[in-house]
Amino acid sequence: MMDGIEHITAAFAQAKRENRAAVIPYLPLGYPQPERSLALAEAAIDGGADLLELGIPFSDPLADGPLIQQATHTALQQGITVARCLEMAKKLRKREISPPFVFMGYYNPILAYGVEEFCRGCTDAGVDGLIVPDLPPEEGKELEGACQEQGIALIYLVAPTSPPERVRLISERSQGFIYLVSVTGITGPRDQLPSDLAAFVHRVQMITDKPLAVGFGISSYPQASRVAKLADGVIVGSELLRRAQGNDGVAQVRAFVAGLRRAAIKG
Amino acid sequence: MPNKENIEDTMYHETLPDPRGYFGLYGGRYVPETLMSTLDELENAYQEAKADPSFHQELDGLLANYVGRPTPLYFARNLSKSCGGAKIYLKREDLAHSGAHKINNTLGQALLARRMGKHRLVAETGAGQHGVATATAAALLGMECVIYMGSADMARQAPNVDRMHLLGGTVREVNTGSRTLKDAINEAIRDWVSNVRSTYYLLGSALGPHPYPLIVRDFQTVIGREAREQILAAEGHLPDLLIACVGGGSNSIGLFHPFLDDPVRMIGVEAGGRGIETGKHAARFADPRRGRLGVLHGTRTYVLQDADGQILPTHSISAGLDYPAVGPEHSYLRDQTRVKYTYATDAEALDAFHTLCRMEGIIPALESAHAVAEAIKRAPKLGPDQVIIVNLSGRGDKDLDTVIKIMEAE
Repeated sequence: MMDGIEHITAAFAQAKRENRAAVIPYLPLGYPQPERSLALAEAAIDGGADLLELGIPFSDPLADGPLIQQATHTALQQGITVARCLEMAKKLRKREISPPFVFMGYYNPILAYGVEEFCRGCTDAGVDGLIVPDLPPEEGKELEGACQEQGIALIYLVAPTSPPERVRLISERSQGFIYLVSVTGITGPRDQLPSDLAAFVHRVQMITDKPLAVGFGISSYPQASRVAKLADGVIVGSELLRRAQGNDGVAQVRAFVAGLRRAAIKG
Repeated sequence: MPNKENIEDTMYHETLPDPRGYFGLYGGRYVPETLMSTLDELENAYQEAKADPSFHQELDGLLANYVGRPTPLYFARNLSKSCGGAKIYLKREDLAHSGAHKINNTLGQALLARRMGKHRLVAETGAGQHGVATATAAALLGMECVIYMGSADMARQAPNVDRMHLLGGTVREVNTGSRTLKDAINEAIRDWVSNVRSTYYLLGSALGPHPYPLIVRDFQTVIGREAREQILAAEGHLPDLLIACVGGGSNSIGLFHPFLDDPVRMIGVEAGGRGIETGKHAARFADPRRGRLGVLHGTRTYVLQDADGQILPTHSISAGLDYPAVGPEHSYLRDQTRVKYTYATDAEALDAFHTLCRMEGIIPALESAHAVAEAIKRAPKLGPDQVIIVNLSGRGDKDLDTVIKIMEAE
């Protein structure tokens, strides 16, 4: 049986064979209600997500902009906990077709749950990887050890401000893929991609062969299309969340992910 | 009290934090990758500045002629007599320019920012004292300054909001979460992440990611260095006990640190709010159910949190102590049992506030009143030849609204 790292690697390889960048939607678990968030996640899968990033809510999400802050706040008010996130992921995993799942969550709730127990829970729930935005590689040893034991990928982020020696460190330590933060800033839709994005992606590609997925600020098909030509994956969060908010949120999410998948053809 | 031998065993403070920014288990750098290289730059710039005599010359000059240092170490004769027991001395940080110890750190860091070529400062503030001190430094050095403050704190510390405006600072209201210091730090960090190339984050307490706990401590140890000289001159011997309030922990570490090698006992006083059992407090060390090892705002330390690791809302009558995490060096000093930590409730702090007003003609900040409350409890248990130094970290003008409202309600 494949472990989490292999699942993720296979998903990027499959997209590459289809001459696409992998489409990676982000949705916070528990927003706007637990059942509804599962329906939204299923819609993202039906729309053709190659990987799915599921947010574990935290009271103080300091890397996030207003949309995700508000959504995770709402999720916490619904009584969402780490344990419930694990249960919800497990439920989603029971579907016939499902892409690799990656949890995105801040470090304190993981610490409070217990690092090893959390990683065992991830394996049990069928979660393949973790993104922890406030955990740089320097502080990641403990979680890395627990992930390794369970075959889960710990995915590190690289930022435009990362100098070459840090890009090297992150490339060595990140598993499954590398999360390339497009902008110096927080999450949230932006009108334009940064002008130096291509140069930044190339700078990282010079150092590593691991798949690169670009996130933060990608909110339209043309932007996704441009990113797909540069990198191996496109991560879309806040904009998806914005579209999920209406009554027809489920249909909107499905349609937007399907559209992203078309936009992500490398051509 | 640690005996002489133990103290020699624990000469840790010269070598801590370690190169990774840890004080034992506590500290580190738990921040988004975007900030990591900036923290490296800051660390290097700080080490260079620290080794540069011209940096110290400029800072010392400002501390002497602009801040008015050394601040007096005042023997509170009436208070001591009324308590019956030890002599209580007050380290008068309330007399420092801008009304609190915060200016020691903001001038140091603003000079550092200028060395680094950054001309925009962002800061968080709870009680407003750090915001005022940052706006003051920015005005003096001709820098742009944006201060994040929770709307709950803006309401209860209105005079400081006006002060920041007068000094040319931009105050940004924070309406997320508990709308207090914790949320102001979140927003300040978000601003910093977004503008990291042009912006210096001027953190006001001995917390946050490495090297902030080190930098803030170093700039605040002027308090303890002065107090040590002053008490030796006044009494001919070291004090028996140091007392300071602990929010993030900058005034306390500033007083304590220069005495760590001495046979001197130390007590840090957290905000007990409405009582530990009510859960409405900010005492990280006094409530083992809620105050547990965690990570908040870039550092690993004791944090008030629920079973799921969500940060809990805190309560204190004093905005400056109303914060769920404590500086990592305090967590370490507590583990080492080098410093003892206790708490004073809102009611005890208010009593101490009024006592100091009437007995000594000094209106203390509500934060500092927590330390005074502990001194009032301790002094009667000591002998008349023993000496307590209380860090009177700030003045209370900003708290008049809060105190008068309570008096009217009673």
